[in-house]
Amino acid sequence: MDEQTHIETPRDRAPVIEPGHTFATITDKISSIVLTRPVSNGWLFGFGISFLITMILLYAIGYLFARGVGIWGVNIPVGWGFAIVNFVWWIGIGHAGTLISAILLLLRQAWRNSINRFAEAMTIFAVACAGMFPVLHLGRPWLAYWLFPYPNTMNYWPQFRSPLVWDVFAVSTYATTSILFWFIGLVPDLATLRDRAENPWAQKIYGLLAMGWRGSARHWSRYETAYLLLAGLATPLVLSVHTVVSFDFAIGIVPGWHTTIFPPYFVAGAIYSGFAMVLMLAIPIRKFYGLEDFITERHLQNSAKVMLATGLIVAYGYGIEAFMGWYSGNRYDAFLLWNRLHGPYHFWYWSLLTCNIGIPQLLWIPRMRNRPVPLFLISAVILTGMWLERFIIVVVSLHRDFLTSSWGMYYPTKWDWATFIGTLGFFTACMFLFLRLLPGISIFEMRTLLPEAEVKPE
Amino acid sequence: MKRTPIYGLMAEFDSPTDLVVAARKTYEAGYKKIDAYSPFPIEELSEAIGFHYNGVPLVVLVGGILGCLGGYLLQWWIATVSYPVNVGGRPYHSAPAFIVVTFEMTILFAVLAAVFGMLALNGLPMPYHPVFNVPRFAFATKDRFFLIVFSSDPRYSSTGTRTFLEGLKPRSISEVPS
Repeated sequence: MDEQTHIETPRDRAPVIEPGHTFATITDKISSIVLTRPVSNGWLFGFGISFLITMILLYAIGYLFARGVGIWGVNIPVGWGFAIVNFVWWIGIGHAGTLISAILLLLRQAWRNSINRFAEAMTIFAVACAGMFPVLHLGRPWLAYWLFPYPNTMNYWPQFRSPLVWDVFAVSTYATTSILFWFIGLVPDLATLRDRAENPWAQKIYGLLAMGWRGSARHWSRYETAYLLLAGLATPLVLSVHTVVSFDFAIGIVPGWHTTIFPPYFVAGAIYSGFAMVLMLAIPIRKFYGLEDFITERHLQNSAKVMLATGLIVAYGYGIEAFMGWYSGNRYDAFLLWNRLHGPYHFWYWSLLTCNIGIPQLLWIPRMRNRPVPLFLISAVILTGMWLERFIIVVVSLHRDFLTSSWGMYYPTKWDWATFIGTLGFFTACMFLFLRLLPGISIFEMRTLLPEAEVKPE
Repeated sequence: MKRTPIYGLMAEFDSPTDLVVAARKTYEAGYKKIDAYSPFPIEELSEAIGFHYNGVPLVVLVGGILGCLGGYLLQWWIATVSYPVNVGGRPYHSAPAFIVVTFEMTILFAVLAAVFGMLALNGLPMPYHPVFNVPRFAFATKDRFFLIVFSSDPRYSSTGTRTFLEGLKPRSISEVPS
């Protein structure tokens, strides 16, 4: 068979787990990263840098609390600047973690078992970064709890017809579900660490977190049912979260926001950027911790394919937006399209098209999907592109709407940048800590991938 | 000297297949108060020890229904009774606008029910359990498989049960002090 007509069959695919492993080697290899491996200089360096950047975030937030949102570039007409761009970007990144842990579990994609744990951690840290922005953007962030319905002396209640209130419920439910799903997934592995740890403090802390897990068959039965149901609940939830985020825009009447394509196109974009982040984390992790046996080429290929598919859905979304600009016959929609292509922010719109539609087409080439370095770079390009997409949606739509007299420009200030870059540092610092303190790969789910985990008929 | 009461007899196996076969034979021999421990979930195992139904789905269903009703009623009560706000003449009870929060509350309560219901039914957190008194039990979270016959089983006898378990060809047998 020659190169052109070669069709990939399951047999040709790289394995999910390299041959030669047993229950014991899997346990030892993953738990040793946490329990016995000394703190390396590389880890200290990486954590140190991201910790310093986290301090920049704290400084920017402290200054914001002292001075108010006036330190940011937001003003009328662009009242939603970096804060909302970053919020949508971060929460989108989180979606890949839930997709991997819940949707791929329901679809019985066993390859997910080696990447779901750190992808879920990524979700939690990304949602934490996302959650900061709307709160910081409130003006009086210390009153953020007013968004929740609770009996109070003001006799005031939230307005449930507003998509912004829906967002509070969607994001807080999502954060709660992600944390619980992740923690429940960790319990059997925490028990493994409890039984393997030599250090008495480690034994106590892991033991406390493992809650006395002993692997009883009755417990496993309830555990598996609960885990499956959680996956079934998280699946519609994750789709609803970015749908509700897109409602924040689509319910409004601003040209470029008021469209029905937004929910599916936002969800696809979320998964697109999320898988890019998964790859940007998985590629260095497997390299530096020597986990090529568990995070194999198969995982890289599959993630690349998901990115290619969701990227095409996103491209379709852009196409429909442009088509509707013309087909609707609405002069404001038509102007929005013109303004994107030729207006003051046109450079960023063209960059967005290059990053999200142009460069990712390289993933059609199989060699590109196998190699860590090109994949890492393409993922970085996609993350940039998806950030630009949110920038275009938020800023370019707002800066020139119906009345020419109310047009304006938006320029981010150094505090906008400090807050955004600060969350990148916070996210990375959390990932570094997670990899040191908890098993980055699910040990018990990896055991089930081995052939000897199957019960042979008598 | 006072003898420590015995919690049960524990047999250790090397593979999931051995454990499931042994568990099935033990159950068929009439021992009903038994349990099995494995480092990962084994579908056949809970059936083998006669555990056919777990209450988790029901708990989750109840949680979901409560969340759904609670979420909707909360919005209805706020929007029509406690804090009615006229927005452009729209009805106070604007059902379509309440769908999103109702959905999110359904999911939230079902998730909380799944997690805390599962933990409660499993009796976790449980800081002390007799099985941890067996030193080899530390391997139950690594690569060994254990079967226990509780001393509370009516057919249990320290010698008879030991002979029966030896017939299952385990790797080792240990008494579990309670």
